[in-house]
Amino acid sequence: MDLELAPEHSTFRAAVRELAQGVVRPLAVEVDRDHRFPQEAIRAAAESGLMGVLIPREYGGAGLDALAFAICIEELAQACASTAVIVDVHTSVGTEPILLFGDEEQKKRWLPRLASGELLGAFALTEPASGSDAAALKTTARRSGDGYVLNGTKTFITNVGHAGLYVVFARTGPDERAAGVTAFLVPAGSVGLRVGQVFDKMGLNGSPTGELVLEDVEVPAANRLGAEGKGFVVAMRALDSGRIGISGQGLGIAQAAVDEARVLMRDRGHDQGDDFTLADMATRVESARLLAYHAAWLCGRGRPFTRQASMAKLHCTDTAMQVTVDALQIAGEEGARAGSPFERHMRDAKALQIYEGSNQVQRIVIARELVNTG
Amino acid sequence: MDFEFSAEQVAIRDTIRELVQDRVAPRAAEIDQTGEYPKDIERLFADNGILGIPFPEEYGGISGSSVTICMGIEEIAKACASSSLILAVQALGSYPILVAGSEEQKKRLCPPLASGDKVAAYALSEPGSGSDAAAMQTRATKHGSEYVLNGTKQFITHGSIAGTLVVFAQTDPREDHRGISAFVLERETSPWKVEKLEHKLGIRGSPTAQIVLEDVKVPVSNRLGEEGAGFKIALAVLDRSRPGIGAQALGIAEGAFAYALNYVKERRQFGQAIAAFQGIQFMLADIATQIEASRHLVYQAATKVDGKAPDLTKVAAMAKLFASDMAMRVTTDCVQLLGGYGYISDYPVERMMRDAKITQIYEGTNQIQRVVIARALLR
Repeated sequence: MDLELAPEHSTFRAAVRELAQGVVRPLAVEVDRDHRFPQEAIRAAAESGLMGVLIPREYGGAGLDALAFAICIEELAQACASTAVIVDVHTSVGTEPILLFGDEEQKKRWLPRLASGELLGAFALTEPASGSDAAALKTTARRSGDGYVLNGTKTFITNVGHAGLYVVFARTGPDERAAGVTAFLVPAGSVGLRVGQVFDKMGLNGSPTGELVLEDVEVPAANRLGAEGKGFVVAMRALDSGRIGISGQGLGIAQAAVDEARVLMRDRGHDQGDDFTLADMATRVESARLLAYHAAWLCGRGRPFTRQASMAKLHCTDTAMQVTVDALQIAGEEGARAGSPFERHMRDAKALQIYEGSNQVQRIVIARELVNTG
Repeated sequence: MDFEFSAEQVAIRDTIRELVQDRVAPRAAEIDQTGEYPKDIERLFADNGILGIPFPEEYGGISGSSVTICMGIEEIAKACASSSLILAVQALGSYPILVAGSEEQKKRLCPPLASGDKVAAYALSEPGSGSDAAAMQTRATKHGSEYVLNGTKQFITHGSIAGTLVVFAQTDPREDHRGISAFVLERETSPWKVEKLEHKLGIRGSPTAQIVLEDVKVPVSNRLGEEGAGFKIALAVLDRSRPGIGAQALGIAEGAFAYALNYVKERRQFGQAIAAFQGIQFMLADIATQIEASRHLVYQAATKVDGKAPDLTKVAAMAKLFASDMAMRVTTDCVQLLGGYGYISDYPVERMMRDAKITQIYEGTNQIQRVVIARALLR
C-alpha cells in the first residue's frame, strides 16, 4: 500500500499547476463575468499536451492514465472550473468513446486532431425529455444508402458551438430502450447540424451549454461508433470515466475554496468557530481526493470501477458544494460580492451535483450494486 | 500509488477475519451485556500472534507496521469493538517505548508485550486534565536511582489488567508541558492501585480504570527519553494511535452496515423487500460512500505513520475525526434501517451505535482534532 503519488504523477501535477495558475487562473474572473469561452486557456492547454492526456502516443496524445487525467482536471478546476469542464468533457466523454470503441481507421482519423486540440470534443446524449433516463432518448438515425440520416434535438451539451466533433447517440433499432441506441461521430459543419439555444446559467459561465439540433444530418457508416444497438454501452462506459474527471473538478473547486479561506483567515485573524469549519472542510476534501484517486487507479489498471467512480463523483461534488458554501460563510459579505472567487466557486460547484449523472443517479448506481451483490 | 495491501498483510487479515468470525463474533453480545473483560479473547489474540503486530521482529513481534495494526483493529471491530481495543491499546501502550525507548528498554520491555504475556496500558489523562493534558498534576520525584510517583490517572483503558503501564508525570515543579516525563511501570515492581472501574455507554467489555499512584517507585532505567521529554512523546504517540481509532471506527461502521444491508434485503413490507425502496437505497449509497471515504483516510494516515511523513499530525487527526464522525452517523442510520428491531439488544446494531460514540471522544476529542487540523492549516 502506497497512497502517495508516484514521481511521474507529481511531476505531471506540478506542470499542470504551473499552467493553471499562470495562464488559466488570471482569466477566471473575466471568463465568468463576460460569459466567454476561455480560448487562450484552451489553446495553452493544447500547447502543453493537455487535450490528449488519455490518448496513446501513437495517436499523438500523452498516453497517460486515468489518475493523471483526474489530477489534470483537479488542477485546472482550482484555477477555473469552466476551463476544467471544457477539457474534461473533451477528454473523457468527447474522446474516450473513440479510444475505447472506435475502429483503427476512426482512431487514426480523429484522435490526432483531438489530441492536438485542433478539434474540441463533445458528447450529445441528453435530450429535453431524457436526462437521467438516457435510454428513453428520441433522436433517430435512419439507414439511408451507405449511411444514416439523423434527426432530433440534444440539450445541455457542453462545448456546444465550439466543438469540432460530437459523439451523438441516436435510435437505430426497433427496441425502445437501451438496445436500440447507436453512437455516431458527427463533425461540426455537417449539413443540417446547428446550435440551438445556448443557456444562461448560474455558474460555469465560460463553458457553453446548449442545444444541438440535428435536421436530416447525413452521417456516413464509417462514422458509426461500434455496432448498431451498442450505443448505450458506449455511453455508460464513457460516463464511468467521465465521473472520474468530474470528481477531479469537484476536488479542484473545493481545494480552491479551502485555500482561499485559509489565506483570508490568516490575513484577517480567526476564531475557533471558523477554525472548526476550516478543519472540517479540509478533512472532507482529503477524504474525497482519495476516493477519486482510487477510482482512477482502478480504471487505469483495467479493473471494474463503476461503483467507485459513482462514489467518487457523489462525494467529491457534494463536498465541493458543502465546502464552497462554508468558505463563503467564513468570508462573509466580501465573499458574496460579484467577482469574488467565493461566490463563483459556489455557483460553479452546483452544476457538478447535477451533470454527468445527478447525484441521485449515483446513489442509484451504488445502491443497485450493494443490493444485488452485497 | 498502490491502494492494495501486501500479500503478507492480506494473509494476516484473512487469519484475523477467520478467528474473529469463529471466536469473537459469537461472544460480542455477551461481552457487552456482562461488561466483563474477555480474557479468553486476549489469550486467543496472544496465541495467534495478533498482539505481536505492533512490534517489529527484533523485539519479538511480527510487523510493527501501522497499516497492519489498523487492518487488524478494523477486522476485530467489525464484530466487537471491545475486543478491538485489546490490540489497539496493546499498540497504544507500547508506542511510547517504541518511539522513545532506548535499545535496552525496547529489548527488555517489548518481548513480553509482543507475545501477549503482558497487557500494556497508557496513562495520560487525569480527573482535572483531559484535553489539556499539559495541566496534569501527577508528580514524579527523583530519589537516587528511582523516581517516586504520586497522583491519579483517569479513563485508563486496561489500567486494571495491564502488566505494563506507561505513565506521564511532572518531574519539574514549573508544571507546564516542559516538565512532563514518561515512565514505564511494571506491575510486579511498581504496583499501582485501581481505584474504580467505570460503567460506560459502550465498549463495555473493555475495562476503563481510575488509577491511583501512592509513592510508587520506578527505577530511573524505566524513564523513557530525557526528563521533560514526556509531552513530546505523548504527542508523537497520539499521531500513531489516532489512525488506529479511525480504523476502529471504520470497523464498527462496517460491521453495522453489513448487518443492516443484509437486513433490508430480507425484511419485507408493502409486498417487497425494503431494500427496493429508493429512500432506503439512498441511505445505503450514502453509508457505503462515507465508509469508503473514511477507509482511504485511515490507511493514508497509517502509511504516513510508517513513512514518517512530515504532515502526519494533520492527516492522523483528519482520519480520526472523519472516521469517528462517520461511524456515529452510520451506526445511527443502521439502527434506523432496522427500525424497532434496531433498538433492541437482540440485534447487534444498537451495541455498535453505543460503541461508536467513544471514538468521537477518546484519543483526543473531535474538537481537539479540529484544533490540531486548523493549526496545521493556518500555520
